[in-house]
This record gives sequence, C-alpha cells and structure tokens, in this order.
Amino acid sequence: MNSSVIIFPGSNCDRDMDVALKKFGFKNKMVWHNDVELPKSDLVVLPGGFSYGDYLRCGSMASKSKIMQSVINFAKSGGKVMGVCNGFQILVETGLLPGVLLRNKYLEFICKNVFVKINDKDNSYFKDIKKDTLELHIAHNEGNYFCSKEQIKEINENNQIALHYSDINGKIDEDTNPNGSIKSIAGVFNKEKNVLGMMPHPERMIDPALSGNDGSFFFENLIQNLK
Amino acid sequence: MKISVIITLKKDVLDPQGKVIHQTLGSMGFNNINEVRQGKYFEIDIKENDKKKAEEKAEDMCKKLLANLVIEDYKIIGSQ
Repeated sequence: MNSSVIIFPGSNCDRDMDVALKKFGFKNKMVWHNDVELPKSDLVVLPGGFSYGDYLRCGSMASKSKIMQSVINFAKSGGKVMGVCNGFQILVETGLLPGVLLRNKYLEFICKNVFVKINDKDNSYFKDIKKDTLELHIAHNEGNYFCSKEQIKEINENNQIALHYSDINGKIDEDTNPNGSIKSIAGVFNKEKNVLGMMPHPERMIDPALSGNDGSFFFENLIQNLK
Repeated sequence: MKISVIITLKKDVLDPQGKVIHQTLGSMGFNNINEVRQGKYFEIDIKENDKKKAEEKAEDMCKKLLANLVIEDYKIIGSQ
C-alpha cells in the first residue's frame, strides 16, 4: 500500500505520521506542497501542524497550495484522503468536508489525551476496529467544529459523523466535550466516506511504551481495509 | 485603486474572542455594552482604475479566500 504525506510550510506532525504509516506497512512518500503531481497513492494524508502560521484562518492558505488541486481531484475520484488536526482544518477549507473549525470555546490551547467514540463503522477507516472508544491525543487551538443548522441535519442524515468526544465508556455529553464542538464532533467524513478529517492524532498513540496503543488499532485496521 | 473590505462573523456563530473583549471592557468600567463582535479588515491595492471592475475583483477574492462563507460575511466598505 502506497501512502503520501503532504508537507506544508509549518507542518510539524508530518514525520510522526510517516513513522506511523511505515510501522504498519505503508510505503510512504513525503510530498512537498509546491509539487503539482501526486505520486501513485492508496492514501493521502494531510498532517497536523500550523501551516502558514495559521494566517487568515487555520488551513486557508494551505488549502490553495499547488498540490491541493491534485489532492482534490484524487479525493473526487474516490481516493482515500485523511486530514489530522491542521489537516482537518485544511480539508474543510477546500470544501471537501463540511463545516469549519473555530477557536476553542474557552480560548485555551488544549493538549491532552481524550476518548473518542467511533460513530460509524460502515467505512474503511473504522470498519473492523473492535473497540468502540479510542484513547487519542489532541493538541489544538481551533478544534471547535461548527456548521450551519442545515449542514448538521445533512451530516446526521448521511451518517457523516466519524468520531464524537466521549468518556472511556463512550458516554457523550458537555463534560467530555473539550472545545465546544457541535454535537461533540471530533471527526467527520464527506458524503462518500472516502475523505476523513479528525482533530485527534492517531499517529501519537502507536507505542504503548511512550503513549498508548489505540492509534495502532486505527492504522492496522486502515491498511487491512485498503488492501 | 484601494478597496477596503471588512469580514465579520455571521450572527449565529459564537465569537469567544468578542465575548472576552466584552468582559474585559466591562471590568475596565465600560458599562452598557450589549455585545462585542470581532472581525477583520483588509486594504487591497488593485492595479485597476475602474471602480466597478476593482470591486468585482475584490468580491471574488472575498469569496475564494478572504472569507469562509460558512461562518463569515464580507462587505466592501470603500474604494478610492
């Protein structure tokens, strides 16, 4: 399985993502944002970080960079594209994913482990994961997912919510919502479910000795389902 | 031609920064404030002498980059 991680000026989780993808068997290539063509890929990942210093709006500049036209075409032809954290912000700015990520409700940069409940397993990203909740890491200032009332209705009807913030048992309420996101949304799909954006970092949870192992379940499952 | 544009958050979008500014103003003694909303201001110097054409270009920029229409509105407030 071939994957590509796009590097934007200010990306800082690109190497972690590279390490994670390789650990679980992907042949990964790093792709510079100014390149025009995407290498042959089964998965394209937009990593976390602070592309273009978060100028204007997080992800807005990166969403217009040269490589993104190829990424958009790849996604529109059914290719798997995943954005984590800043990558999620970039994907909503391209319009591939609905909604937008606002400043966290209490204006704090949040950096901690959280639990997320998998909302939908009818897709290649989460299909065979046995657990219902995963412990993952978040680190963001703008993770407060927002969209219009009409959009949230549409997202619900199409089952596009991928992850909710929850407690360890999968209970979803205001106490486990770290940033004020509508319906505690931590990740969403596009309608076709080939594009996924999420605020938590699975690539930071691939080693029990360092952090945790729940990200490993995610990547192990992903490569199996892409085969 | 210089075009001035303001970008504001749509009415039903939460503006936590505006809220904190409101609270701080209150604690400084500025009472009687109903609400504070924070926005952005741009001055774009366009190589174009025709006012209508320049404003059209600025509007296109707002739609494509300067504003995110999911949460923001834009308004051209001046051209000279």
